[in-house]
Amino acid sequence: MSVETPITTRPELEDLADVGRESLYPDELKVLVGRASCGKAAGADDAFDALEQTVADAEEITVESTGCLGFCAREPLVEVVYPDGRGIVYEDVRHEAAVELGEALIAGRDPSGVSVLGVRSHDDNTSIPSDQIEDADGSATELSTLDFYANQERIVLRNAGLIDPESVAEYVARGGYFPLWDALHGFSPEEVIEEIQASNLRGRGGAGFPTGLKWELTRNASGEEKYVICNADEGDPGAYMDRSVLESDPFAVIEGMTIGGFAIGAETGIVFVRAEYPLAIRRLEEAIEAAREYGLLGEDILGTGVDFDVEIKEGAGAFVAGEETALIKSIESKRGEPEPRPPYPAESGLYGQPTNINNVETWANVPRIVEHGASWFDDIGTEASSGTKVFSLTGDLDNTGLVEVPMGTSIEEIVYEIGGADPGSIKAVQTGGPSGGCIATERFETPVDYDSLQDVGSIMGSGGMIVMDQDTCMVEVARYFLSFTQEESCGKCPPCRIGTKHMLDILETLTEGRGSEADIERLEELSTYVAESSLCGLGQTAPTPVESTLRYFRSEYEAHLDGECPAGECVSGATHDQAAELGGEDV
Amino acid sequence: MSSGSHNGAAIGEDVQSVALQRSLSHLERDATAVLPALQAVQNAFGYLPESALEYVAAEFDTPLSQVVGIATFYEQFALEPQGEHTIRVCTGTACHVNGSADVLDTYRQELGVNPGEVTEDGTYTLAEVRCVGACSLAPVVMIDDETFADVNPDDAMALLEEDE
Repeated sequence: MSVETPITTRPELEDLADVGRESLYPDELKVLVGRASCGKAAGADDAFDALEQTVADAEEITVESTGCLGFCAREPLVEVVYPDGRGIVYEDVRHEAAVELGEALIAGRDPSGVSVLGVRSHDDNTSIPSDQIEDADGSATELSTLDFYANQERIVLRNAGLIDPESVAEYVARGGYFPLWDALHGFSPEEVIEEIQASNLRGRGGAGFPTGLKWELTRNASGEEKYVICNADEGDPGAYMDRSVLESDPFAVIEGMTIGGFAIGAETGIVFVRAEYPLAIRRLEEAIEAAREYGLLGEDILGTGVDFDVEIKEGAGAFVAGEETALIKSIESKRGEPEPRPPYPAESGLYGQPTNINNVETWANVPRIVEHGASWFDDIGTEASSGTKVFSLTGDLDNTGLVEVPMGTSIEEIVYEIGGADPGSIKAVQTGGPSGGCIATERFETPVDYDSLQDVGSIMGSGGMIVMDQDTCMVEVARYFLSFTQEESCGKCPPCRIGTKHMLDILETLTEGRGSEADIERLEELSTYVAESSLCGLGQTAPTPVESTLRYFRSEYEAHLDGECPAGECVSGATHDQAAELGGEDV
Repeated sequence: MSSGSHNGAAIGEDVQSVALQRSLSHLERDATAVLPALQAVQNAFGYLPESALEYVAAEFDTPLSQVVGIATFYEQFALEPQGEHTIRVCTGTACHVNGSADVLDTYRQELGVNPGEVTEDGTYTLAEVRCVGACSLAPVVMIDDETFADVNPDDAMALLEEDE
């Protein structure tokens, strides 16, 4: 890679945006293949290779990679972008369809047998305009009017599936790094913190702590050095928002961290990312390298004298390391066991220094808040929960994928309208991973925000949303989550280590049809003890799946006492846990 | 990166090997670098041989007990040699509700090993993984670094041939 001259003036940044515009909105035909992990698993690499080979001799056609368009159920997704800005998104493009698409493009005809998901306009604009655009026979629907996209508001995901995630120029062409420019040139660190506070941004990792306040505490704490950390140890099973953001728009996270470093007074940023996300790590590495070349990371950023750099630390496979004190110990090369708080990391974090930890999605929101202002952000969502939230919507429904909706959107809107689930067949939705609960359909009018979800017995969590149909046994779901937390308990504090084991034993007894009423009572009692006396969030929230399923589905528990599983999943035919019992430890 | 992708019987277990020494070269020689050092060893050999644990303890000036404490805390590390390929069956929530237990059962029966074990011929390690973040494609199986979507018990074994 050629070494670029660091950017020190605004015209230079604007020049870089021009370079990005040339590849984002080219004069030639461009074929974009969504190559985040979901797309790849569905066959996007194969489609990419087939397209590249087919159009190899056609100089007027380029084939490029982009991140995740979000509609995982329809992957692999391939978009043809025409010089006039018209984009046609094709779905389910496997090998043969890719070859046919390539041949059709060369011949200048419509591809046959390749299904169109929708069309959109690629304009030099940060939002997709609503002009009516049509494909060749005028029948395709505009992407933004599809049920899946219609109620979404994409702020964090605005570049996902549009830009080449490894191109800093395309990121800048979409408005990237202008917020950093403005922050460093037009604001004092305190003013940046005020702006974030005024936006009411709350932590997207799940707990919802006010981000601006956290920054202020870290800025005001005394220490020789300060650190900012991006928590990308996305451990909740059923959640992959952060992976997708890192794979689709890594510069947004890095820019957010750089703005945070400036505001807090930190010169070192660390992204702590799961080793299970090799593609996210690779794209981050590329992005960090590119940012350094352009003087957007390192010394004297944008010629302002501000220093900030980012390094990557790979996790080593421990769910508890997502807890912030355990995460810090993991970065310090220690066993990732949590510590009691206070002191909070803001006072004494990494190597005993003031440390600010935010999650991937939180960081990705920061440049947008600086760009559009605090009140713009605060106006989105609800009074107490501003902005949007990204969810990974999976389970028993058609439109699985990543959805970003304003806070306050109801569960039913997400599950039925966006997700296309059949209301008659759905039993519950699970949010918040192993720390969250199952919410019954009679509570689906609940708006999705931090406080409302707690009121119905679950939590926002990091954004996993798993839809479960009538064939899913709620006792078995509770057992599944307890087997998870029991295995991931670090063992440091007895309530979590021993309490979750007892709870799991009881749940196993119940799913095997050998339980008694006393077991259910004991389970409730243990839930209270474990929640109240565990050291960290893992133990404190471990009983939530049990409490929530008991709250809404007690009759299912009781049926198991008579040897019946209403969902027909356990008691008689189940072997679900054999693997875990015989399996020993995970690798 | 993932433990299964660079299973390195071919490299041998020489801690002085050029490849390993290169990946250790940028690390500070103190206790704060033990974790990345162990990750480098795991990547080079596919597991952490006893001799390597002793080497890391001495080289990074950290008690062996502490090094072993770290090695046994994190799931990424294996203390026994691993198979040439690693089959990871995702047991995350979405995969679980979509029948990943049956897929895991197929591998257990066909390969004659439990999760965490290596097949007799040393070809495969069978493992569970707690979510690879491809939930919309559940159930998912990873073979080394490649991810396979919508796996059902009947075609689980065919993936192994595809991989070779």
